[in-house]
Amino acid sequence: MMKFQKLFVLLLTVTPLLLPSALQARLNIEITGGVEGGIPIAIVPFGWEGEGLAPEQIGGIVQNDLARSGQFTPLTADQMIATPSTGKMIDFALWRQTGIDNIVVGRLQPQGGDQYILQFQLFDIHRAKQLSGYSIPTSLNKLRQTAHQISDIIYEQLTGNRGAFTTRITYVMVDSSEQQRSYRLAVADSDGFNEQIILSSKESLMSPSWSHDGKRLAYVSFEGGHSQIFVQQLADGHREMVADYKGLNSAPSWSPDGKQLALTLSKDGNAEIYILNLATKKLVRVTRSHAIDTEAAWSPDGKSLVFTSDRSGKPQLYRISLERGQPKGRAKRLTFEGGYNARATFSPDGKKIAMIHLDGGGYRIAVMEIASGNLQVLTDTTLDESPSFAANGSMIIYATDVGGRGVLSAVSADGRAHQRLQLNEGDVREPAWSPYLQ
Amino acid sequence: MFNKIHLFVRASFAMSLIVVLGNLSGCASDAEIAAANGEQGSAAGSATGGEGSGQGASSTGIAIDSRWAGRPIAEILNDSSTLLSQRVFYFGYDSSTIDTADREALTEHAEFLTSHPELTVTIEGHADERGSREYNLALGERRAKGVERLLSLLGAPKSQQQVVSFGEERPTALGHDESAWRFNRRVELLYSGY
Repeated sequence: MMKFQKLFVLLLTVTPLLLPSALQARLNIEITGGVEGGIPIAIVPFGWEGEGLAPEQIGGIVQNDLARSGQFTPLTADQMIATPSTGKMIDFALWRQTGIDNIVVGRLQPQGGDQYILQFQLFDIHRAKQLSGYSIPTSLNKLRQTAHQISDIIYEQLTGNRGAFTTRITYVMVDSSEQQRSYRLAVADSDGFNEQIILSSKESLMSPSWSHDGKRLAYVSFEGGHSQIFVQQLADGHREMVADYKGLNSAPSWSPDGKQLALTLSKDGNAEIYILNLATKKLVRVTRSHAIDTEAAWSPDGKSLVFTSDRSGKPQLYRISLERGQPKGRAKRLTFEGGYNARATFSPDGKKIAMIHLDGGGYRIAVMEIASGNLQVLTDTTLDESPSFAANGSMIIYATDVGGRGVLSAVSADGRAHQRLQLNEGDVREPAWSPYLQ
Repeated sequence: MFNKIHLFVRASFAMSLIVVLGNLSGCASDAEIAAANGEQGSAAGSATGGEGSGQGASSTGIAIDSRWAGRPIAEILNDSSTLLSQRVFYFGYDSSTIDTADREALTEHAEFLTSHPELTVTIEGHADERGSREYNLALGERRAKGVERLLSLLGAPKSQQQVVSFGEERPTALGHDESAWRFNRRVELLYSGY
């Protein structure tokens, strides 16, 4: 029987939390390729007008953001020929000799208590012209966030595309060091800082999925001894079990309007895709086959689902149209290259899908342009999983195995820039990148 | 939508009656033991029941009872000299086909369940780590359901069986190559309480 239970109490095996981790920045980010060939830029270390040490190295945060995107090649500290902190202090003739096009300067001013003003300016060196400049009031615990906003502004100014440095990521950490494994569902800034554990469990957690307003996560938990789907509010940690049918309850994926979840249930025999209306709890069955149909991804326009099915013999991706919440017509096969294509996820513009693609000996992340069917393999590792696009479509985060350990990696959508996010110990997996946050 | 190919193989004993459900692609690794829908399952089941376990029960029923009668369940299950001690069954890559060599042990489990209506068994399906976690969760379930179907065909009541899949979440071997993967693509029978 189906039960809809609101769980506001702590269960024995599961602890919903909304606390910062004891240690900040448990995920270490290492850029592992593709730093060459980006737009050269000087991010001068920001000036600090208070006493003692600056509370954050703002210039360093911005520099790391831009470098991680793969689209910029910031000067390293030893290449910095001067350290101006305002536009007036820049000797443009001197900087022109470096051959780089743009320079960012800024300073952090204390305003008493935990309040600060963060100023920055972006200049075109050759024209000695300010392209952008802001003075942003902020506070101690928002300093990193404000630095990411500056990265977004610079990114948009110079690439013409919106930045996604202020978005967040979710992932599952697995600690196998003790006798019993433990699983923690975490949310962190896209650079791995400000990590919050939102759920701890002794049983497996998987498939976290962001609602499109970034305020809720749906995920699969095995805390009940079998798979169940929960929806959890990030603001207060309240969570609700939304699927506990006989058999599988898995692969939740939000509709763009946040009112429905596509999910996989096997209550009617084998793994099939359904749409759950979260308000009415009504289910609409989407697929009917004797094969496995699972892990639906909702297209950004809400008009179709792409899912994995082995109805042709091997897992491949299929697309089915939706009309007023009901499936319309037959599912059409999308992938024909390779013997295994699964776990589809849409790019934010809906034009591409990323997937797990079996290529020679490895399960790799590939991107396919839907209109042309052109498929590009982006990685060369062998156990890649769970691809997820950044909100601006520029990067894809995924899980993989490096030296027997589960790590997260991110690759630029063109496959050029690579970075790795890993824990000091334990495994990390099941990443999902948030949409833009309001 | 799919053509179903029913292949009835009658071997030396009726217990090995199997139903293979394939689809148009005819891919061998896709073949499932027993039919995927209820009508075919129960039709095949009644055929087995009538000619196989039905006869078997009448001719060997007393022997079965004497084999297990009076012995504590834990002792029976832990007797490594019997087929019941095999409670893990392994699978090929992306396959839910039950190995022919495992039929004998599963037959024993079916008879054991039939003769012990107070027992229930959880049939746990698992997969190796490769590919998608969600697909693997469904694959683990398909493996477990294949075992459930076979046990039912062999006469074990469905009410005594419960299927659960953990996909790739609970590996028994922790390596990242075939030497570990082959132990993780499995179905485990867990008798509740034992």
